[in-house]
Amino acid sequence: MIKAEWFYWLVGLIFLVMAAQMLRDRTNPKRYGTAAFWGLLGLGFVYGTWVADKSAPAEPLGAAVLAMVCLAGFGFTGRGRGATATPEQRAASATRWGSRLFVPALTIPFVALLCAVGVKRLSVGGEPVLQKGSETILGLGIGSVVALAVGMAMLRERKLSAPMHAGRSMLESMGWAMLLPQLLATLGTIFSVSGVGEQVRRITTAVLPDHSLYLAVAVYCVGMFLFTVIMGNGFAAFPVMTAAVGWPVLVVQEHGSAPAVLAIGMLAGFCGTLVTPMAANYNIVPAALLELKDQYGPIKAQLPTAVALLGCNIVIMALFAF
Amino acid sequence: MIVLLGVLVVVLGFATRRNPLLVVGGAGIVTGLLGGLSPQRVLAAFGTGFASSRAVTIFVITLPVIGLLERHGLQEQARRLITRFAGLTAGRFLALYLLLRQIAAAVGLNNVFGHAQTVRPLAAPMAEGAAERRLGPLPEKAREKVRSFAASADNVGLFFGEDVFLAVGSILLITGFVNTTYQTHLEPLDLALWAIPTALCALAIHGWRLLRLDRTLERAVAAGREEAVK
Repeated sequence: MIKAEWFYWLVGLIFLVMAAQMLRDRTNPKRYGTAAFWGLLGLGFVYGTWVADKSAPAEPLGAAVLAMVCLAGFGFTGRGRGATATPEQRAASATRWGSRLFVPALTIPFVALLCAVGVKRLSVGGEPVLQKGSETILGLGIGSVVALAVGMAMLRERKLSAPMHAGRSMLESMGWAMLLPQLLATLGTIFSVSGVGEQVRRITTAVLPDHSLYLAVAVYCVGMFLFTVIMGNGFAAFPVMTAAVGWPVLVVQEHGSAPAVLAIGMLAGFCGTLVTPMAANYNIVPAALLELKDQYGPIKAQLPTAVALLGCNIVIMALFAF
Repeated sequence: MIVLLGVLVVVLGFATRRNPLLVVGGAGIVTGLLGGLSPQRVLAAFGTGFASSRAVTIFVITLPVIGLLERHGLQEQARRLITRFAGLTAGRFLALYLLLRQIAAAVGLNNVFGHAQTVRPLAAPMAEGAAERRLGPLPEKAREKVRSFAASADNVGLFFGEDVFLAVGSILLITGFVNTTYQTHLEPLDLALWAIPTALCALAIHGWRLLRLDRTLERAVAAGREEAVK
């Protein structure tokens, strides 16, 4: 069986190799801090396997995460200039290879698709080929490895260090934003074990007047939106707002249809994800990937859509859930 | 009440534009300690949280191959290719991308598109190429706008497509949380059906805004030329 953990190790290894390259990159004025940050991230990816299955203590990993937070948060990381191809070289290469360049790039989605719909059903000796529940992640991982092999063979690139260097400069341009989504997921866990949801429930039930259905619908949806903006993730907001308003008021007291209320509530949270820098993997990382000067560019493009959709969600819930 | 100070730390940190990593790390420590966790358990919470959320960072696996192809002119070729299709404007191309992304996500193929795999190497350069073919060289602001909207098409398509599919994280989170907390039984299928109306609204609203992008770009390019003349 192909396991998701293998690909986490591979990602860890990629981080470690890139960290070693960063350490030797004299064009980066902060090369030691940068290498330490990505190196710790790489080690954390591998060590995480045993934390996830509870066979190793989580505290050392927690300490490493906080060390990464300090390294990046207090400005000990930077980026090197990196030796990339000149625009002229790229144009010349594009003329030479033409649309064959798309073959490796499209291999990734093609293999991901194949794994998600086809290989998913295959099993050898009663055991599924792909770890159950991780098929799309595995598709992405397998697709990338296959695409790298295809790309290197096609472009007659012998040294593995070339794609690693090219990938590293993309990684350096993303910087600390890479770690934020994982850190936010952690904050969500801490919020729920510390009883933040219970506190929000007490406040909203005290403030909300009895039997004002539409107000309660608006409070649930806008609450999901705002909490998601703060937390960067609808998953963290959902338990808090559902325990506060969604279940006790909208489902139990007002007899709303539970699937409709909860599904639409979650989508109201997704509108929040569109407008928050905390959702770094969707908003800040793409801005870095696309080399935008304004790191809030994607958020600005999404803001009107998000507000309009929040309104749609409130109307849909009010009309159809009761 | 006092555990809500953690939320306040996030809001304040956000408002004063501190580094988000420090804000979130600080809020976690504050909330954990105020919520009665021992320092050791706070550390452990950071460790387990990191380990169980590694999937969001798995896209790094695509960077070496995308980087390699870009060094060999992938973006340039994407731009060139799109200019051969006469009727395809930046807005129409991105609206098509939104539709494809949403359909793919709705059938569970969340990782088939994405910012690192498709937006940076293919979709954004193609949208730029389409805009340049029609309007000539783009001023800096217009270029940023095209790229921002390329990123937005991917996000909107993913968010409002994926909930239509049953096995997606958020649907399982909803059923998991509600079924265990309130001893009820919700079927993922019922939830997925209720995601369809919002998915259609998202397609209509954002698709319309993407189609209008062409007109915005025309104006930006005209304004850029005037400025250059002055």
